[in-house]
Amino acid sequence: MKKIQMKRRDFVKIVGLATTGGLILGCNVSPEKIVINTLEDGISFVPNLFIQLQKDGKVTIVVARSEMGQGIRTSMASAIAEDLEADWQYVSVQQATGDAKFGNQNTDGSRSIRTLLRPMRKMGAMARSILEQAAAKKWGTSVENCKAENHFIVNSSTGEKVFFGDLVEEAKTIPIPSDENIILKDKKDFKYIGKKVIRGIDMENFLHGKSKYGLDARLPNMKYASIARSPVTFGSVKSYDSSDTEEISGVEQVVQLDRLIPPAGQFFGMLGGVAVVANNTWSAFQGKNNLNIEWNSGINESYDSEKFKEKLIDRIHNTAKVVPPFKGDVTKAFNNADKVIEATYTMPHLAHAPMEVPNALAWVRDGKCDVWAPVQDPQTVRAEIAHFFGFAIEDITINVMMLGGAFGRKSKSDFVVEAVSLSQKIKAPVQVVWSREDDIQHSFYHAQNAQYVKGSLDKNGNVTGWLHRVAFPSITSSFKPMSDYIAGFELGMGFTNNPYNIPNIQIENAKAESHLRIGWLRSVSNIISGFGINSFVDELAVASGKDAIDFRLNLLGEDKISTEKSPHPFNVARLKNVLLEVKKLSDWERELPEGHGLGVAIHYSFYSYVATVVEVSVKSEKVKIENIYSVLDCGMYVNRDAVINQMEGAAIFGMSITMFGKISTKNGAVDQSNFHDYQMTRMIDAPNIYVHLVDNDEDPTGVGEPGVPPVSAAITNAIFSATGKRVRSLPLSDHGMV
Amino acid sequence: MQTLTINGQDYQIKAPEGMPLLWAIRDLIGLTGTKFGCGVAQCGACSIMIDGVVVRSCSTMVSQGVGKKITTIEGSSDSLTVLRQAWRNNSVPQCGYCQSGQLISAAELLDTNENPTDKDIDNAMSGNICRCGTYVRIKKAIKEAVELKKQV
Repeated sequence: MKKIQMKRRDFVKIVGLATTGGLILGCNVSPEKIVINTLEDGISFVPNLFIQLQKDGKVTIVVARSEMGQGIRTSMASAIAEDLEADWQYVSVQQATGDAKFGNQNTDGSRSIRTLLRPMRKMGAMARSILEQAAAKKWGTSVENCKAENHFIVNSSTGEKVFFGDLVEEAKTIPIPSDENIILKDKKDFKYIGKKVIRGIDMENFLHGKSKYGLDARLPNMKYASIARSPVTFGSVKSYDSSDTEEISGVEQVVQLDRLIPPAGQFFGMLGGVAVVANNTWSAFQGKNNLNIEWNSGINESYDSEKFKEKLIDRIHNTAKVVPPFKGDVTKAFNNADKVIEATYTMPHLAHAPMEVPNALAWVRDGKCDVWAPVQDPQTVRAEIAHFFGFAIEDITINVMMLGGAFGRKSKSDFVVEAVSLSQKIKAPVQVVWSREDDIQHSFYHAQNAQYVKGSLDKNGNVTGWLHRVAFPSITSSFKPMSDYIAGFELGMGFTNNPYNIPNIQIENAKAESHLRIGWLRSVSNIISGFGINSFVDELAVASGKDAIDFRLNLLGEDKISTEKSPHPFNVARLKNVLLEVKKLSDWERELPEGHGLGVAIHYSFYSYVATVVEVSVKSEKVKIENIYSVLDCGMYVNRDAVINQMEGAAIFGMSITMFGKISTKNGAVDQSNFHDYQMTRMIDAPNIYVHLVDNDEDPTGVGEPGVPPVSAAITNAIFSATGKRVRSLPLSDHGMV
Repeated sequence: MQTLTINGQDYQIKAPEGMPLLWAIRDLIGLTGTKFGCGVAQCGACSIMIDGVVVRSCSTMVSQGVGKKITTIEGSSDSLTVLRQAWRNNSVPQCGYCQSGQLISAAELLDTNENPTDKDIDNAMSGNICRCGTYVRIKKAIKEAVELKKQV
């Protein structure tokens, strides 16, 4: 009988990663070397795209998702190491370049572990299975006697041991096992998954300043560039005078860049402007500041965000487009109600402001394009460069550097397009560096928004009707002009999947044009729904005279699992459970000091369940966040400590939004420019943060984003409980409360 | 030509007039551990020590560093050693970008204050923004490093 041997790339297909075939390639993240390395060196054992075992026992694991603080390089490597039964001390990580053969690399939507934990574990298990067979062959024994144990294969009948590295040659002769012969480890045998990993893969680099972020990419004879962009979004250069720029020592060239407009439905393009090329970053910055540019402001020159806010409020106070799910009859519910209340909530635009500003190093030469940049989605960057500049996709290499924070900003790769465009023009490697002012004033902003909610209670304090009208410029507007209504996927982040069991619900989508580039920011429109829904439920609880947690538990209704088609159907019992857990964690019913208040909020996003309680103190109208308690149910998790760190960070991120987060515009231009007027939470304001993770056997779901949405309302609900004052428009700094 | 002494090593550079130390260190010398965050001394990512005193290198001229001892995150000191250990123990960093500056600011605190209070820590560290929000861990790690240093 003819034995069919599976090819390695077929294995990758079977576990659902590769969309195309191709060579087994990894990459070298070191910017000094622009040669792409291959894990397949002819010496090592390379069972699949993601693993290389050397004779000295060293295991190199390719991680194809971007590291931006969520610890994905450690988590992915430990997932593979787990099922490989590798000893962590031998493990190192290589970052994948952008390439479809690695499967989807888009690091957003809190989904890397959710979608890749199992496939990555299979990569490890496949290699382990081969090593066990190799040992069996070597010893002339049955494979049933051979079991991997911490970088050795142990012969259970003789007690003999062989080191992984000593099996490299033998392993290369073993065929790839079929899918049913790849057995994942039992949960009880886990060493890494769900445990605290002892050594974060990047820890030593972080501690010694050795991690290479995008901004640290260096090439011989590279140039540095700073770009002046129109203060008004989509404005263009009318004329410019660069004579003062050319006086600056280090400045070499001034180059005008045209706006590149993305085709409908995809990519991000670039704004265009005037680029100053220098032999160091500072000279480029100085040169840019010395430019005298006259702009054509264009279509957005009258955009005033305060006036726009009034426009949005006006729109949500009138009937808008009714969208599914249509549930019951709210008009009837309101007419028959014992009590009807209503409220309007607003939040301004926000910028991501990652500590590492947008930047990219590009080198276009000989029909090829190499990029070193901190990007969340390297394959889209590659496709975008192919689209705008005409390179064949295989002639474009996207080296993914470490991301010094991202929060969604670095999935919109206009900064890479700028660098490629400039390198092509000046025929040299050039790093485009955004100043902090550029970052604050030319972002893809989280949308300014307004919501109106009207709710009714019967005489027993049960909620009978819920009308929710929402208006904010859609992210879709960044891809398609005239997208003046919220997209379905945005409403699906909390609005149309409102978790409460209310018999009559009506959701309305109100018109909102965009006048800035709009983009997703950590947890996206869940920030908006999380604030609106949790605030209004609190108002209903107050109106009904019930305890805020009891009221919510009752309103969530009976335990049931959604029958809607979903990879992880919504389970109301899990949402109730996190609420009960946070009640315990925060000691909800305790006596509070004078001027203190507790507020609660819950939110389901990225398939995870979060409940948050905040304790504030208010003194002379100033709010201090004393304690934040958060409970997360994300199913199975990999790196416990990194998950807790994400939840702590989400609390601080949500605090920054609530206390200070505001991007405003006048005459089309952004008012804020740097951290003095776009403020962040600092240590002096940081509260104690207590995080509890729910342990269960559910499939893994989102971690990076779900902690953010409940924070704002938990804070404002706590302020209400401390003071009786309901804050319905953020940030608190607008009310003199910080 | 100017000479900068960084982490005990001399570097000859020719910096344009008015260039801040940050860019001399990063672009001319090539030590990229010191980070650019805001350019206006608001975030602390670029913190370095000059003769043991923390400065924001984005707003400190090259001339102010000449003839002095400069310490960056690539350097070492007793305080940095215990801080690194405490940072490891508490898995402090997320993206890691601001941590160079956080460690340098914390090192000055430990160098100058044997028993910092919570308030001392807040005061020493509030010039350093961590957008990932690792403050709780930073504070805990600093307290742990204080104890570690006493044992040395």
